[in-house]
Amino acid sequence: MLKYALKRILLAMVSVFVIMAIAFFSMNAIPGGPFAKEKAPEPAVQAVLEKRFNLDKPVMEQFFLYISNIFQGDFGISLKTGREISTTIFESFSISAKLGGYSILIALIMGLILGSTAALTRNKWPDQLIVFFTTLSVGMPSFVLGTLLLLVFSLILKVVPAWSIENQNYVLPIIALSLYPTAHITRLTKSSLLDVFGQDYIRTARAKGVPRIKVIVKHALRNALIPVITYIGPLTAYSLTGSMVIETIFTIGGLGTKFVTGITNQDYPMIMGTTIFLAILMVIMTLISDLLYRAVDPRISFD
Amino acid sequence: MNDTPLLQVKNLSTSFPTEQGVVHAVNGISFNLDIGNTLGIVGESGSGKSVTAYSILRILTDPGRITGGEIYFKGENILNYSEKEMYDFRGKKISIIFQDPMTSLNPVYTVGNQITEAILLHTDRNKKEANERALNLLELVGVNDPQKRLKQYPHELSGGMRQRVMIAIALACEPDILIADEPTTALDVTIQAQILELMQELQKKLGMAIIMITHDLGVIAEMCNEIIVMYAGRICERGTADEIFYNPCHSYTKGLLRSLPKFTKDREKLIPISGTPIDLLNMPKGCAFAPRCKDAMQICLSELPKEIPINDFHLASCWMNVKKVYDEVKEGRKNG
Repeated sequence: MLKYALKRILLAMVSVFVIMAIAFFSMNAIPGGPFAKEKAPEPAVQAVLEKRFNLDKPVMEQFFLYISNIFQGDFGISLKTGREISTTIFESFSISAKLGGYSILIALIMGLILGSTAALTRNKWPDQLIVFFTTLSVGMPSFVLGTLLLLVFSLILKVVPAWSIENQNYVLPIIALSLYPTAHITRLTKSSLLDVFGQDYIRTARAKGVPRIKVIVKHALRNALIPVITYIGPLTAYSLTGSMVIETIFTIGGLGTKFVTGITNQDYPMIMGTTIFLAILMVIMTLISDLLYRAVDPRISFD
Repeated sequence: MNDTPLLQVKNLSTSFPTEQGVVHAVNGISFNLDIGNTLGIVGESGSGKSVTAYSILRILTDPGRITGGEIYFKGENILNYSEKEMYDFRGKKISIIFQDPMTSLNPVYTVGNQITEAILLHTDRNKKEANERALNLLELVGVNDPQKRLKQYPHELSGGMRQRVMIAIALACEPDILIADEPTTALDVTIQAQILELMQELQKKLGMAIIMITHDLGVIAEMCNEIIVMYAGRICERGTADEIFYNPCHSYTKGLLRSLPKFTKDREKLIPISGTPIDLLNMPKGCAFAPRCKDAMQICLSELPKEIPINDFHLASCWMNVKKVYDEVKEGRKNG
């Protein structure tokens, strides 16, 4: 177990390094630069700035300089705002974590409840209603949904205020972000539960005299959870990328927004900082989902 | 002899309504089982053997429904039991072991957990006592190193071991009847013999009755004193093992026996039963076996044969037997 975790962490560090390299070089391959804007500064000023941020050196050298800085805990400062990248990331992450965390949690809870309900009421009206809802949610892109929610609830009905720094109301963004994964987990849970219900060991449990509720919760649900747990990894990836879109629509200044504006501004340290941060987050969540997988299914071994 | 049999199945019918129509899996079968006896139910796939067993425990899967008849256990009709009363009945009064031990145990719980579950459900034992009981049970069914096995998961055991664990679960609460639904079909031959031997041994020790469901006549011959032959959800012939094997009186039973290899003659050809099993969606009016029967007469197609006694230990539902009696009488008249 510990050996496995260590091995995975070492592998994860390799992945993060590769992601870092790819991001760094492709970022530099894009024409232009952080100071090459319409209102470009005087050539002399630009030269000084580039020298200050090592941008005058060859890309390879910049890369190694950047890495050695990271190992000293220095992620640099934003070329746009001049603030420390690490502070910016942690500030904006606290907002994004709320959005993403709640969305994942809601998606998991609602997905499991709805999925189980659909499986237990197969072909009856609750199931049909849930199937309708999931088809609709899977088919609608989150940016369309986000815009619609804003339009209906904030502008027309005025029941939920739009997000602002003073009034941080997360309801609509969370709904917009969690609807797709909720639908996905619902379908996953339903199909996997139905599959499990047909298994021989469920019949064995019933033949033993196990009450129906216990058959469902103890014998069926735990087996049905296995595919849902493997989805936690991709789910995290979804809510990370999804929150970039959602945050932009709701003008929430989270990590996603920082990432997107970082790219449009070609704010190199910001792009690198957010990329590394998200990569690490992703790797950790995948590791957690793999460990959970093992905890639920004893047939998975680490060797 | 006791007046009320341990188990009495009367006119049981079970069907599965599907989109294509109603599948009549079991059509009015009746039989008795006495304390300590072994009853064999033989028949090909789809003849309703397993559905009969599941009906007795009321563990049919949707959309299966018992549509008629009564099932008396010690004189009480269990079809009148509520689902809650059934929880108490299953696994305690009647237990079942299934065909495929590879899939019949829950993969995510330990062997110990699955055995003690039944004990905790049906007895007043606490966790520790249940564990001891599970340990004894594993010893009883001949599992080596039981202490270690209790903590293992099903995938860590072989097929034979798992079937032994299944038997241990079934015997956990000392049921009156053990239903064995093709218990050896999924096992290799040497293990098959071991499992059958174990079941016979346990029956002697614990005195339970066994319903042995199989399509393997060899298993039946070894285990059972009474035999029921099923075809298309009906009983076509029943009697003692000797009667069925040496004096088969239904064309289907005769066909079954002809399709068995014998070791007395060299190079004897096996004769398969021609045709395919009956479509349970469209049951014929007459005898269900008639379309495949080479002796079928006009009446076989139009009328259902009644069960008539061949002798005190033997009943068969085949028009051929009626014809035989009729011919004998006619012959007798001619001569006399």
